[in-house]
Amino acid sequence: MNGRQRDENPAGIHLPLDPLPGHTSRGRLERVLRRGEFAVTTELNPPDSADPEDVYNRAKIFDGWVDAINAVDASGANCHMSSVGICALLTRMGYAPIMQIACRDKNRIAIQGDVLGGAAMGVANMLCLTGDGVQAGDQPGAKPVFDLDSMSLLETIRIMRDNGKFLSGRKLTTPPQVFLGCAVNPFAPPYDFRPIHLGKKIAAGAQFAQTQYCFDVPMFRTFMQKARDLGHTEKLFLLCGVGPLASAKTAKWIRSNVPGIHIPDAVIKRLEGAQDQKKEGKQLCIDIINEVKEIPGVAGIHVMAYRQEEYVAEIVDESGVLKGRQPWKREIRRDDQIVADRLERILHEDITETQVDLVKTAH
Amino acid sequence: MSDKQPAVTQATLVKKAAPKSDYKPADVSPQRRVQRTFAVRLWSIRHSRLLEWFYSRFADAFLLLHPLWKGIGYGRVEAPVKFVEKRVKGFMFDCRMCGQCVLSSTGMSCPMNCPKQLRNGPCGGVRANGNCEVEPDMPCVWVKAWEGSRNMVHGDKILTVQKPVDQSLRETSAWLRVTAQSAAARETTQNPGASA
Repeated sequence: MNGRQRDENPAGIHLPLDPLPGHTSRGRLERVLRRGEFAVTTELNPPDSADPEDVYNRAKIFDGWVDAINAVDASGANCHMSSVGICALLTRMGYAPIMQIACRDKNRIAIQGDVLGGAAMGVANMLCLTGDGVQAGDQPGAKPVFDLDSMSLLETIRIMRDNGKFLSGRKLTTPPQVFLGCAVNPFAPPYDFRPIHLGKKIAAGAQFAQTQYCFDVPMFRTFMQKARDLGHTEKLFLLCGVGPLASAKTAKWIRSNVPGIHIPDAVIKRLEGAQDQKKEGKQLCIDIINEVKEIPGVAGIHVMAYRQEEYVAEIVDESGVLKGRQPWKREIRRDDQIVADRLERILHEDITETQVDLVKTAH
Repeated sequence: MSDKQPAVTQATLVKKAAPKSDYKPADVSPQRRVQRTFAVRLWSIRHSRLLEWFYSRFADAFLLLHPLWKGIGYGRVEAPVKFVEKRVKGFMFDCRMCGQCVLSSTGMSCPMNCPKQLRNGPCGGVRANGNCEVEPDMPCVWVKAWEGSRNMVHGDKILTVQKPVDQSLRETSAWLRVTAQSAAARETTQNPGASA
């Protein structure tokens, strides 16, 4: 029924890919980026439940539209299913998750353990974050850990991968093979330090970066110009963060309540003037994608559509960033499909088959 | 990357639950409760070049006194030196006694004052006015660090990636540790045979 897809292990979708020269991970995202294709990543809204189906259903809507899915680590300091847990479920199903690690909740002992655990489950991409302060979330009384920062976290994982050692110097028998990412926010002060700060992250080990929501393209362009001048875009794949705004009211709320997101007045004015604000928000996102994809040095987009995940496919499709390419899609195996069809027939169709009939139809 | 959050956080609810005159300890963060002004810290950052010059003279003087420290014993001078260091640096930079001072690499802005204790640069949550995400009325430590470093002769030291904080060095004297280390380094360069 189905031929093998590109970037899929023939022995099983949950298994790592063959190592390639020059690649540090055995994952799909690194292959896509190193081939020079325009990558698309997205974020999975973590469920507040212990049901694996919740994760599978939320991942299913991205099928065939994205190259990797971010498993967020209690984003905004709100408690949800952990990123390690989500990664465990996603890797079982063959998805390529990007495991986010925030320094807010775990010290260096826990983090290094999670890196090994994640890599063992087949997580090929890890994104090192500082994490929002606990005051932003639903449990402001929690103790903020911040033992490492995003930079030393990058360096820690790089040392584990390249030198095969813990931070303490103790040896690993099998180092984790991961593609390391960092976050970058070009839209927060100190603006002139941000590109230099990115260079620091590259020195610490970052191989790809995802930016904060981009609503101000000229500002992003200035940042990219400086990053190119410093030679960063040759050493790192930069994915521009984009996302639809549900309405002008949401935009205003985000602007005043969510730290680090910069929304210019023009965007809010455009949303306010629209008949259908939700549709306009989506269109605005597509317009921004069309602008940023032309900026040299942008290797892909990171679509964050919180509570509007069903729009991700439409946004990716209508902006045409994939140029006809279809990212990996979870497909039911042929034998599984036959069993499912048979069961369906036996259970729901009112027919009695003799064994002779069965043999005939099987061929 | 931060998500959008549900409309009202618990902290907001707590704040809104009672009128302004009520006693609401959660309103102010622990750090703001002990500290009401940042004037001296900001003065130090504005005069980072002067302090850098002074600091290097001061380090030399401390190193000259190495025989004295060694004579008395580093263990014994630790307590009085720490007493002075904590008060002086506490006044000038709001020092948190991490025991591994990086002021000269961070534009004379103490990174331990960052609520996330970041030692390698700002987080992505800096407000548009340059204030902290966690402490809305405090100027971001790293915005100030970048400004301070631009005035300094060796300001580009801000570009080196700092190792994670060694928590076991908390509440120890960074001055003495640096002096002992540079004295040891000086001895090995003067007679390399001794250590080999």
